[in-house]
Amino acid sequence: MRIIPFFIVTIITVALIVVLDIPLPVKDSHTPRLGYFLSPQKGFWQNAEPADIQFDENLSFSGLQGNANVYFDDKMVPHVYAENEHDAIFLQGYLHAKFRLWQMDFQSYAAGGRLSEIMGDSSSGTNFLKIDRFFRRLGMVAGAEKSLAALEANPVTKAYADAYTEGVNQYISTLKDKDIPFEYKLLNYKPEKWTNMKSVLFMKYMAFDLAGFEQDFEMTNAKSVFSQTEMVALYPYGQDSLNPIIPKGTKFGAPAFSLKPPADADSIYFNYYKNAAATDSMIKPDKSNGSNNWAVSGTKTQSGRPILCNDPHLGLNLPSLWFEMQISTPEFNAYGATFPGAPSIVIGFNDSCAWGFTNAMRDVRDYYEIKFKDSTKQEYWYDSAWQKTTFRDEVIHIKGKPDHTEHIPETVWGPVMYDNDYHDILHTGNSYACHWQAQDGSNELTTFRALNYTKNYDDYVNAMKGYECPGQNMIFACKRGDIAIKQNGKFPAKWRGQGDFLMPGENDAYAWRGFIPDSANIIMHNPERGFVSSANQYPYDTSYPYYLGGEYPVYRGYLINRYLSSMQNITATDMEKLQTNNYNVFQEMARPFLLKYLDQSALSEKEIKYLDIYSQWNLQNDAKETGPTIEKLWWDSLMTTVYADEFSRSALPLPWPEKSTLLDGLLKDSMNYIFLDNINTAQKETLQEDITIAFKKIIPVLEKAENENNLVWGKFKKSGVRHLLRIPVLSRLNLFSSGGETEINALKEFHGPSWRMVVELTDSTQAYGIYPGGQSGNPGSKYYDNFINDWVEGNYYPLLFLKEESMKKLPGLKGKMVFKKA
Amino acid sequence: MKFFVSLLLVALLGFAAPLYFPWWSFAITTFIVLFFLRQTPGKSFLAGFLGLFLLWGINAFWLDMANNHLLSQKVAVILPLGGSATLLIILTAFIGGLVSGFAGLAAGYVGERGDVGGGR
Repeated sequence: MRIIPFFIVTIITVALIVVLDIPLPVKDSHTPRLGYFLSPQKGFWQNAEPADIQFDENLSFSGLQGNANVYFDDKMVPHVYAENEHDAIFLQGYLHAKFRLWQMDFQSYAAGGRLSEIMGDSSSGTNFLKIDRFFRRLGMVAGAEKSLAALEANPVTKAYADAYTEGVNQYISTLKDKDIPFEYKLLNYKPEKWTNMKSVLFMKYMAFDLAGFEQDFEMTNAKSVFSQTEMVALYPYGQDSLNPIIPKGTKFGAPAFSLKPPADADSIYFNYYKNAAATDSMIKPDKSNGSNNWAVSGTKTQSGRPILCNDPHLGLNLPSLWFEMQISTPEFNAYGATFPGAPSIVIGFNDSCAWGFTNAMRDVRDYYEIKFKDSTKQEYWYDSAWQKTTFRDEVIHIKGKPDHTEHIPETVWGPVMYDNDYHDILHTGNSYACHWQAQDGSNELTTFRALNYTKNYDDYVNAMKGYECPGQNMIFACKRGDIAIKQNGKFPAKWRGQGDFLMPGENDAYAWRGFIPDSANIIMHNPERGFVSSANQYPYDTSYPYYLGGEYPVYRGYLINRYLSSMQNITATDMEKLQTNNYNVFQEMARPFLLKYLDQSALSEKEIKYLDIYSQWNLQNDAKETGPTIEKLWWDSLMTTVYADEFSRSALPLPWPEKSTLLDGLLKDSMNYIFLDNINTAQKETLQEDITIAFKKIIPVLEKAENENNLVWGKFKKSGVRHLLRIPVLSRLNLFSSGGETEINALKEFHGPSWRMVVELTDSTQAYGIYPGGQSGNPGSKYYDNFINDWVEGNYYPLLFLKEESMKKLPGLKGKMVFKKA
Repeated sequence: MKFFVSLLLVALLGFAAPLYFPWWSFAITTFIVLFFLRQTPGKSFLAGFLGLFLLWGINAFWLDMANNHLLSQKVAVILPLGGSATLLIILTAFIGGLVSGFAGLAAGYVGERGDVGGGR
């Protein structure tokens, strides 16, 4: 034996194994454990799913109460036939985990402010600790704890959520190390047990996404810069082109609360040119998180039966937010889009009816200024006395580093979101408590579950009861012929302007006046006009007695109502065409105005060439058109030309006005619109000059795009569906796609129709749908993103809503799983 | 002959061990195989290296074929290997081979007494 070489080589071998068994730092990120990751028996190769995979299995679980069968159709959609609700939901959890485990787990980490546990405090330029601290401060975890208590206090929803959690954990418990999803291997961590809390956290995340938008700090900045007249012009209440969900002219009863603003509101609250609050950029949900839904009655359709349509517009991710399923028991039989992470069919239909959602957009998140006695924050001033602060310590585990404890002061208003301990955000030294509807406990699962069982209009009305947050426009249609819509949720009763700005928190003068009684959340049921619809516009006109603070887009709702009013003999195909309609009604209004005031004599030949493309454009935001590119750039440029000078008065973040605000203002005041003059120049600019300058400014951008062959809208827009970790190769980028912000087909860059569904309620339901993703969450599966091309093209798949006897005989099944009670 | 037997055993046990133990457990089986089937350090290294190189290479190749290179092409961008599935398979095989080769080499030095000749 040669001792020295032996030792040297042994040390090299061990060192090699160690180096290959730990994540290695590269730039500001880490590699996977390379030896493990590359091992064909353990690592990522095991996630390379055979292209011809069939999901045939026979399984026995002690957690089941009876037997059940699951059939996979050719889209890999599971059809679950169980003997009772428990088993059906158990299997929903099992299947969600089987196909989407990493995603549902990751989303619950994000919602609970735990990303640092997986990603470290920062990685690849993202500060995960900052994101985690934000969600902890906002009260996501505290709110979820209350909602969990509400959910578990109700025996029906407790059993429901328990069955789901058991199903997920059944899958996790039998999951072999080599079979854990790809992303766990890439990031080097392991799945943890599922809990009802994780489901609730996911639902809280949806509440944040849909009911978390506010710009109170920015608005407060704005009132320190602008006069009252300017504020009204920049941030109007209601819009001239308003076409609310509940039509104009509806009579509303008197409010249930006094909605008179506090006596000192004019001096303390509506105080312009004073008290700026400096803010850094904060994490905000996309403000265009919204959707379309509509239902037409049998009087307008060819079949004589209602058709219901829904397409929720959300951030587009891979794995997709949605997972398609049919769930069937002797008591109910439903099909539709489900949320991996939560039980029930969320948007879908059953044997009797169909339902869907769009976002209500109401502002349910406000801030109150807190006066602490001293820097220990032990006491704060409220109701003319020093009140004891309570503290909530939230521990954030950080991969590779010691824990961070977020010490959150809690007040009568809610948690203190921003103060000098939570640095990088405010520079004033002031403290602000956040009062947000989703911080309360509520049990939304009751509604989602009940909708699965809904048989008629009365069931629908009952299903909506008790639903609180996020507020939704809940649409309904049934085979008996009813159609209906209601903006449903628990909404604060506010006076006009309340919550637009930061509010004083020293007494209850500025508190919400209570909650709007449910009777004032109006249901529209079988209207004369033969349709109901919503697209995130104002729910009512501004004569509604309660303040409807929030951000409400105009054009989709306006156009949908215009089309639906004129359509007759409607078929499901017509509805698919409407859902993917790319007509730019904004430009229908804006273009004649722009062309009227543009000074064409000031344009060069090159500029005329682009102008001709624009003026001859067919107003369709189709991928192959160049008009939409010019339209977007020109209007953005005009917004900057008109507003940037006034906004440069302040270095603070200010809310940028809506496109519709400028258009409405120009159409109304044309040459006299108050922002036309550039306040930074000596001469007085005119409307004609602004429009012409704005056009000339975009020419270099257009030329650059043309040189790069990116001038047509489908290339210029650069739409994509991104992996949750934002890894480009796991995403589908640069999709050649139509639509846009103001179109019914609201496909922007990374945001758009996340599930398109059309349901015709004939005796045997005819339904069609598609979402931008695929049923498998595994990037190594061909079912990972296989719907995306058809989705971009505007194609739909028939949704197979079959009884088990027919499903059994369906050609092209991708597998049958037989489950037995052990 | 001894070389081929040892190479086969390296591959066989290198497959079996990670079924129950960590991914690197083949290093121990390789060491054991080449401890009992004594050869020169050079041949021990080669048997260890080739056994795992072929095992991992063929295994990865097989999985990759069935997958139509879907995942390997993505991973070969993340790692980064210019999106080449072939390079990724070679890298995989090489990493496995390298660890196993060194484990074999260590065993080769244990067994080396000067009188150990060829492979028979």
